[in-house]
Formats: sequence, C-alpha cells, structure tokens
Amino acid sequence: MDVELFNITGLSLRVTGLALLISSLLGIPAGVLLGLKNFPGRRLVIALIYTGMGFPPVVIGLLVYLLLSRSGPLGSLHLSFIPPLFTPGAMVIAQIIIAFPLVAGFTMAAVMAVDPQLRQQVRALGATQGQAAWAVLSEARVGVVVSVVAGFGSIISEVGAVMLVGGNIEGKTRVMTTAIVLETRKGNFELAIALGLLLLGMSFLANLAMMRLQGRSLPQ
Amino acid sequence: MKPPVYRLTGVEKRYGQRCVLRVEQLEVEAGRILALVGPSGAGKSTLLRLLNFLERPDAGQIEFEGQPIPNNGEVDLNLLRKVTTVFQQPRLLDRSVVDNVHYGLRLRGIKDAKAEVEAVLDRLGLKPLVHQRARTLSGGEAQRVALARALVLQPEVLLLDEPTANLDPYHVGLIEEVITEANRQQGTTMVLVTHNIFQARRLADRVAFLLNGSIVEVAEKEDFFTWPQDPRTQAFIQGDMVY
Repeated sequence: MDVELFNITGLSLRVTGLALLISSLLGIPAGVLLGLKNFPGRRLVIALIYTGMGFPPVVIGLLVYLLLSRSGPLGSLHLSFIPPLFTPGAMVIAQIIIAFPLVAGFTMAAVMAVDPQLRQQVRALGATQGQAAWAVLSEARVGVVVSVVAGFGSIISEVGAVMLVGGNIEGKTRVMTTAIVLETRKGNFELAIALGLLLLGMSFLANLAMMRLQGRSLPQ
Repeated sequence: MKPPVYRLTGVEKRYGQRCVLRVEQLEVEAGRILALVGPSGAGKSTLLRLLNFLERPDAGQIEFEGQPIPNNGEVDLNLLRKVTTVFQQPRLLDRSVVDNVHYGLRLRGIKDAKAEVEAVLDRLGLKPLVHQRARTLSGGEAQRVALARALVLQPEVLLLDEPTANLDPYHVGLIEEVITEANRQQGTTMVLVTHNIFQARRLADRVAFLLNGSIVEVAEKEDFFTWPQDPRTQAFIQGDMVY
C-alpha cells in the first residue's frame, strides 16, 4: 500500500509540476504583455483569459479528450509530440489549459497594479523596454507568486479533467485525486484518507511558502 | 561657444484634442542650467518628458547634439542613456536604498561601482539609510535617493522636476549645492523645472517662462529678472500673476 501511495503521489507531483512549470513559463510573460502593452485585440484576449479563469475544469477535460482522441483533430495526426489519451502527457495538457489563464490573469492584475510612473522613471534611468518590464515584474513579484500558487492549487486538487483524459489507470495515470474517488467508492477509506491528508499537506505547504515570500516584501 | 545640446523647433504635444505644449523655438546650451518657471499646468513637466525622450512630440522637431530625433520609433539606447530625470514624485524600487542607487549602473552592465555609489550617498547624507528599504523612507529622503540614483550615472544632461519639492530648508540648501557642484565640476547640462523663482534665481544661468503650454520669454538670468520684456513675465516675477 505504501508503494502505491508513493507512486500515486509521485505521479501527481510530476504531472502537476510539469504543467505548472509550462503554465508559468507561458503565463507570466503573457500576463506581463497584457498588463503593459497595448495592442489590437488586447481586450478580447483579456476577456478570454477571464473566461478561462472561471472555466469548469471538467469541460476542459472534455475538450482535451475530444482533441486527443484517435478520431479527434489532434489525435488523428499521430504526431509523436502529441500525447495520446490516457497518458500522463494528456493530463499535463489538460492541466496547462486549466492553470494558464490563472497564472496569466493574476500576473496581469499584479503588473497593472504597479504604478505606471515607475516604468517611466526606470526608462529615464536608461532601461531598455525589456529591462523596464523586468523591473515592473519584480515590483509585482508578490502577485506573481500568488498567480503561480493559484495555478498550483487549481490543478493539484483537480479531479474531473484528469479523470477524463487520464482514465485513472492503475500504475499509469492514477493520481491522488482520482485515487481518492476510486478508493472511497471501493470503501477503502484508509488509503483515501491518507491521500486526502497528503493533498491537504501539499496545499498547506504551498500556501506557507507563498506567505513567507509575501512576508519578505510586505512591511512588518 | 559650444553648440546647443537641444534645439526644439515648432514642437507640439497633444493629449487627445488638447494641445498642452507648443514650443516655437528653444535651445538648451551645453554645460549650463536652464530653469523652466511657470505656474502649475504650464507644460513644464511635459517638456521635460520630451527632453528625456519618454514621450515624443506630435509635431515639430527635437535635435539632440545636432542630431534630429524622429518623432516615432525607439530612441537609440546610447542616446537615451545620456539623459536622465529626477522626478517630482520619485518612484523607487522596492529594494534597499543602495540597490536603488546602483540600479541605473546595473542597467548599463556596470557592477563594480561601490566607490562612486558611496561617494554620492555620502554627499547627499544618505549613508545612514543605505540598507533601509526604499518604501520606508520619508518623502524628502526618497527625493534625495532619486537625485543620488541620477547623479551616480554622471549623465550629460540632468533634468530636474521640482527636485526640492518635498524638502526642508536644510536639505533644499544641500541639494542646490550638489546640483551646482555637478554642473560646475562635471559640466552637466541641466534643465530645472521649478515654480520657485527664488530657486531659479539661485541656480540658473538662463530662465524660460512657460504659460499655458507656450514659452513667453527666455533670457539670461540677469536680464530675465531685471528687464523682463513681456508684461506677463513681469507679473509672474513680481508675484502679481493671477492664474
């Protein structure tokens, strides 16, 4: 049982970790761009991001399922870099789509909250556009950390989408949340509770880390 | 005589439909201090932003060191870095005082400038505050840090927007001394925005009077204060201007 618990937790962390990494690498620059740059279609993109922030994960699961299924538009291409359904890769894709709007949206809000005068003054000190954007991002760092933690929270605890696209296959795509569902149904409460406590512990640690980071920037 | 650092011809700046600045002709001479005086809303700060290339004119031409600056597109970074501004309301980075003063040098890839940074911190009486977080400073302290972070860059042109607005008389005196030093010893060209005509009189070599976005009069300091040509300048100097 311990090995099973270990494997399930390990897979959860790997899938969520990779999805969070990719969402952050895409979402933080996207948030900065949306927060600082005016371009045609910006309002539409922001509206889409906001919609994405509140999108039901299970619908995203359905969408990814349809896209990746063998007869779907992506699955039918049989390209090596497109993961098939019922693999950890498919779960990572679903989680990226869930977390990306949260990371981008919260980063955008944090960047927009930085006084625009700061960017101008940094430019006056000789910053390139990129250096000025970096200065704004570093001023908004607390908000950016919050955006990543929000992204983490949304996908580590997510069950519907990973169930759909992963299939909850033992030893292959079973993660903590889907295992809890299954074990509860089976009446195997011991494992379900253990997984639940682990999940809670992870969430708590993530929030603790966030608060420590905030504490460094917030006045005492 | 050295050629002017800036030459402005027919420069206009609009925000929406409103024309906030219209400068027919203005030259900023190398190594001298030009004071821009005038009431609030006269366009002084807008003019400074144009001189620092932070905003671009809607019409007319700005020449910098004899080189015409296009009214759109990115300004060459080397050129941008010859000029810096001390703003009326400084926005410092959420870091320590010393990091803020180092910042502009780091942007230029200069990492080892401890001596220069210390010298400028010392000169402005900021030594006891070096490790303090910028956001915990008072308005006056922040203003001195803003001057320090600009001076450490040893810019060719220093634009000062009400640099003593938040300061007590002792620190006004200190900052005026430091400004004069930089001008006399390093030959830094300066444009000083102030609505304090006494300060203009103490610091400037030339004075320009702005009103409603236009330059009413520009003259050598003695001429400006002794024989103002325009009745509006006269009224402003005598404190009779109602606006």
